[in-house]
Amino acid sequence: MTRAHEPLVVAGCEVSSRLVIGTGGLPSLDVLDAVVAASGASLATVAVRRVDPAARGGILDVLAARHVDVLPNTAGCFTADEAVLTAKLAREAFGTDWVKLEVIGDEDTLLPDALELLDAAEQLCDQGFVVLPYTNDDPVLARRLEQAGCAAVMPLGSPIGSGLGIRNPHNIALMVEQSSVPVILDAGIGTASDAALAMELGCAAVMVASAITRSREPARMARAFRAAVEAGYDARLAGRIPRRYRARASSPTEGRPDL
Amino acid sequence: MLGRMGDAIALGGAEVDITVNGHPETVPHGTTVADLVRAWCPSPDGVAVACNRAVVPKSEWSSRPLAARDRVEIVTAAAGG
Repeated sequence: MTRAHEPLVVAGCEVSSRLVIGTGGLPSLDVLDAVVAASGASLATVAVRRVDPAARGGILDVLAARHVDVLPNTAGCFTADEAVLTAKLAREAFGTDWVKLEVIGDEDTLLPDALELLDAAEQLCDQGFVVLPYTNDDPVLARRLEQAGCAAVMPLGSPIGSGLGIRNPHNIALMVEQSSVPVILDAGIGTASDAALAMELGCAAVMVASAITRSREPARMARAFRAAVEAGYDARLAGRIPRRYRARASSPTEGRPDL
Repeated sequence: MLGRMGDAIALGGAEVDITVNGHPETVPHGTTVADLVRAWCPSPDGVAVACNRAVVPKSEWSSRPLAARDRVEIVTAAAGG
């Protein structure tokens, strides 16, 4: 019997789509709207930045009109203190206690600073935030984040915006195996097949930003990712066949005519 | 930008020098966080304020006067990954 599609649940809340999108890198709010619609996403990240007094209308209006929940990030933070304050500002501004926690340790690679990340995660969990940390593909760190009370873990496939795909699928699989919170593959996705692979590895969801927003046709790519995430999810549940060293015929050997 | 606040200067209040989003600003004595947000933002929706690295909750905006050398950050949502 086929198992029905089960919704993603984070911190007790159903997230209807397993594709989470980032909103950075698009040329206009119209394109964002088209991307949101094509992706089917129900959760989208936004950054916290200084107001532009000249700006009229904005990203929050576009997301609200499509009934997409806002997941504020702490992008650009290099210390736990900065990230905690940013999360508090986001809670005040957007009325959500969810936060995609990013604490970066290196400007060139944008890799997470594990120590600052864990420090920030502990502080925010203690203060009642629903913390989704962007983390290295390190199963031990993921376990520590989960123990700190994080609602999910978001390991990178490869550096942010690199499009290098999932460089260490084995570590992602280990994290999925040990984790009792959702593992959401974040960062490094280059194209739709990377997202399918993440889901086949057992990830609960995939977060995609640049691979959609910086593609030639963002809305079309969003549609591709939606299909890829669903395909990978079904493939994971259906169960891939074992790899074999030699061939195994799929046509019967019995009843073969003597020609 | 702070034209409405300029009226208060005529009332004889002293001025205070603050920093808003990295820009030096001079505002009339008694200017509150709420006044500042009104001057800087078309709408207070989706906006948060930190003063000297501490969040000022919306409920306190109108009762929080700005003091000399306050470093104010007014933030909102921006596109981001």
